[in-house]
Amino acid sequence: MSTGFIGDLTIFVLALLVGFEVISKVPATLHTPLMSGANSIHGVVLVGVVILASFVNGPLGYLLTFIAAAFAAANVVGGYAVTDRMLQMFRKRPVPAKPAEQEAGR
Amino acid sequence: MTLQDGVRLASLIGASGFVLGLHLMNSPATARRGNQLSALGMLVAVVAVLVEVGHGGTMSAARWLVLISGALVGGAAGLYSARTVAMTSMPQLVSLFNAVGGGAAALIAVADYQHEPSVSAGTATATVLDVLIGCVTFSGSLIATAKLQGYLSQPVSFPGSRASSAVLTLVVAAAGIDVIAGADNAWILLIAVVAAVGLGILMVLPIGGADMPVVISLLNAFTGTAVAMAGFVLQNATLTIAGALVGASGGILTKLMADAMNRSVLSIIAGGFGTGASGIAPVAAGGGNVKSIAIDDAALQLAYASKVIIVPGYGLAAAQAQHEVRELAELLEQRGVEVSYAIHPVAGRMPGHMNVLLAEANVPYDQLREMEEINPEFDRTDVALVIGANDVTNPAARRAGNAVSGMPILDVDHARSVVVIKRSMASGYAGIDNELYSDPKTSMLFADAKKGLASLVAATKAV
Repeated sequence: MSTGFIGDLTIFVLALLVGFEVISKVPATLHTPLMSGANSIHGVVLVGVVILASFVNGPLGYLLTFIAAAFAAANVVGGYAVTDRMLQMFRKRPVPAKPAEQEAGR
Repeated sequence: MTLQDGVRLASLIGASGFVLGLHLMNSPATARRGNQLSALGMLVAVVAVLVEVGHGGTMSAARWLVLISGALVGGAAGLYSARTVAMTSMPQLVSLFNAVGGGAAALIAVADYQHEPSVSAGTATATVLDVLIGCVTFSGSLIATAKLQGYLSQPVSFPGSRASSAVLTLVVAAAGIDVIAGADNAWILLIAVVAAVGLGILMVLPIGGADMPVVISLLNAFTGTAVAMAGFVLQNATLTIAGALVGASGGILTKLMADAMNRSVLSIIAGGFGTGASGIAPVAAGGGNVKSIAIDDAALQLAYASKVIIVPGYGLAAAQAQHEVRELAELLEQRGVEVSYAIHPVAGRMPGHMNVLLAEANVPYDQLREMEEINPEFDRTDVALVIGANDVTNPAARRAGNAVSGMPILDVDHARSVVVIKRSMASGYAGIDNELYSDPKTSMLFADAKKGLASLVAATKAV
């Protein structure tokens, strides 16, 4: 095995550990946006598709690249857009409850 | 600084953006900024790689055309679905993005192998893993999407499905070993692709609706791992790092969801809810007396309480009653009642789903409380209002010997009184009676969640 592979493996394991550390602090309230946000991050596969496009040949290669590009772009664009849409819905209490109405109903 | 250095630096910025973006997700106040930071990191990484291949001199007009047209088609479709999807359908969309992400990662491995199969054993292993995980994720996520959308009756099982899975696993393993051993033949990889796609289908088909949060999380972890493997294949650190982050995220969520149902991931994959506890006698309280309550009486109880906890389940979302529940909560708060929402980890079709649905209905996030945090408060609660939640409130879970034994539940029965809005006495996914319903302090309000809440709002206004 080349040193390149070991180097990649090192990066992979360290990133995995960083991921566990950072993500275990996300509250349950945000688990859906977290998953959707992580979803957009794996849209980084688009970078791989660009690299792929620089060396493929022939109709089959082009077809595979076209599909991969469409998949990856849908993943990355849709993922970030929908996560943003969700997160802007998470609001604080707009104004503190009116104290004048506190005595009612007690 | 050479162009190569610049590109590497940009990749570093991109990866840092992902990590910091995920870090900012630790609070609802900063989460949106985190997502934007992550998107910015993505933009930097993508622009950098475009500049790199542009200067590499290998991009022909045809290659650019294929890449750009594909990206435009996919990007437009992604943006359209992101803008239009209903929040209740979020699990389907996330599952669909899992499918395309995993599919793209597998396609990279296939196209790379088809271009040049003679690779080192390390890269060949990554290629095989990428194809296997990517294809399983692709087909498995599509099946999950179909199930969530209601296209497939769930769960589906047929005789011989387990044997077929075993055969497909052997085929994938044999083809994979052949590729790693240095087989110079694209057909062998194609066999692995077909077998892995079949394996993904067989894996998700028998899984029931209650287990969907676990399945989506697991497939999310798979997609991340497939993308990381694509990073090994192309020797690109950005892909490896991002894939590992997603793998970690999906792994944590899978564990949390499985724990919340007291099920092991393996038994879920094996299929069927409660299969491990089959043949157990019905719970003793099954024939207990159930008390029903009129709308006006329930409204009085709520209006004169000092502390109310609302326990929403998927039934609430299915009835689209989120806005009505928020209206009721606001009305009670104006009367000085302290209101909060108790959210069970699996209240919904994916991790955290119920929180998003309530946030959409303008419920402030500080009212949304997690299970461990709110459970001690039920003792000080006058009325617990349960809407569309069932198994996660069943006190039988504290005893051994039934289908929900050991599952973490919301301590609803600790409240001074309980009002349950439910259409009928039908049981939940676990298929057993809920002892909460026959508890002397529980009153059942038999109604559709939306209509029942609307009449409760009207009745509370009149109090």
